[in-house]
Amino acid sequence: MKKENKKHLGRRQFLKKCAKAVCTGLLLSFVEFKNVWAKQVGNGDKSAERKYAMGIDIHKCIGCGRCADACKKENKVPREPHYFRTWIERYIVPIKGEPVVDSPNGGIDGFPELKGDKGILKMFFVPKLCNHCAHPPCVQVCPVGATFTSRDGVVLVDPKYCVGCRYCIQACPYGARYMHPEKHVADKCTFCYHRITKGLLPACVEVCPTKARIFGEVDNPTSPIRRFARLHTITVLKPSLNTEPMVLYAGAEGMVR
Amino acid sequence: MPKIPQQVISLGILFLIAIGGFVIARKFFIPHSFGLYGHYRADAVEEIKKQEIVYAGAKACYDCHDDIYDLKAQSYHKDVACEVCHGPAASHVENPDGVLPPIPNDRKGCAICHDYSPPRPTGFPQIIEARHNPGKVCKSCHNPHNPTLPHTPESCSACHREIYMKKSISSHASLECATCHTVPEGHLTSPRANEVGKPQKREFCGQCHAEDAQVSKDILRIDLKTHGERSLCWECHYPHDPETNT
Repeated sequence: MKKENKKHLGRRQFLKKCAKAVCTGLLLSFVEFKNVWAKQVGNGDKSAERKYAMGIDIHKCIGCGRCADACKKENKVPREPHYFRTWIERYIVPIKGEPVVDSPNGGIDGFPELKGDKGILKMFFVPKLCNHCAHPPCVQVCPVGATFTSRDGVVLVDPKYCVGCRYCIQACPYGARYMHPEKHVADKCTFCYHRITKGLLPACVEVCPTKARIFGEVDNPTSPIRRFARLHTITVLKPSLNTEPMVLYAGAEGMVR
Repeated sequence: MPKIPQQVISLGILFLIAIGGFVIARKFFIPHSFGLYGHYRADAVEEIKKQEIVYAGAKACYDCHDDIYDLKAQSYHKDVACEVCHGPAASHVENPDGVLPPIPNDRKGCAICHDYSPPRPTGFPQIIEARHNPGKVCKSCHNPHNPTLPHTPESCSACHREIYMKKSISSHASLECATCHTVPEGHLTSPRANEVGKPQKREFCGQCHAEDAQVSKDILRIDLKTHGERSLCWECHYPHDPETNT
């Protein structure tokens, strides 16, 4: 009899089990939801509520490279090419075909004049840096917990904990990370974390002569970044990756990636 | 109660030692602040915050240099922070007399932003550096804190637009028309009947360009007696754009 009972569930038993499963599921999902909510709102600590963002107005960038230069000076990034926390790209859009992108020495020394510019539809500059994603792929792949999102939403690297495996450099869809040639750890833009936490602007924003770079706190409705977002149509780079960048572009066309 | 077999007991002890060893090793190897806020070392945030500041920020500059701020705030350069041209200055803020930020005295710094480049946005003031008053330091005409030039009176350029345009990028850009020309009354209404006066002698140019002229040292000097012998200056040099004909 017992064996038979196990094989064929009675209606009462079946309903009981269903009710149990549904209750457990609901309870679990409620816990999940609470966790997510707690993560986004923070635990009441003031520093956990703030989130920084940078705005970049492509129509204002003159490609002078002062931002990339100041970044290297502020953060002691090696001066030789290929090591950048921020850099400027020049998009050369031909009348026919795909746009060409170049960035000689990050734009610090200017851009060489193009010879024979027939067939070019237009050109413009795009400053690039770490996008400080809400869902950063680099943090996800770090095997030791050396790169992380701070409680104010800035993606940082712990140079003492990094083992230099370069997974994060591979994972970053924006190419914003590089291997520091002397420290042998991954390095990247910190939004000048040491400056913004003291109320200063990031070095690149400080020196931008045309105010093509805007920086501020997202939660503060009177901050420059909120005004920037109100006045411009905002796009982010590679939105299809669902990284939710905190670097907002104004005037970026679909070809800007 | 059934007796636990010897082999199970020894296996259990082994497991206990392994787990205990793991727990103790974990305590030593994992930094104490790891995992406080997430899967990372919380102390790292404080360490990153301690990084040295190199750029002081324009607000720190204006605390002392408020006169420059007042001048700059009215000009086209109001959004250009001090440290764009003068370089990082946190050390100057710390030690105002000991460390002095450089004062650029060449054309290179200005050309970084103002040299012509097709990708630059329309309307941004650009020059062709090789042709714009070559050899002359920008700040001899433009005050970097208020770069707009005192320009030729509109009353002249309304008719003499071509001369005005040529002169505006020459080394004579800052000279007013009336420096060399005498303008009789009535020239504006009937120009043919009241022609403007032009210089007649070499000595007129010599007022600025002779070796003993009492003017700025930056102005090019010649020896009036030997240079060009008896030719008049404007037979070789076009006064509204003197460089191009030399």
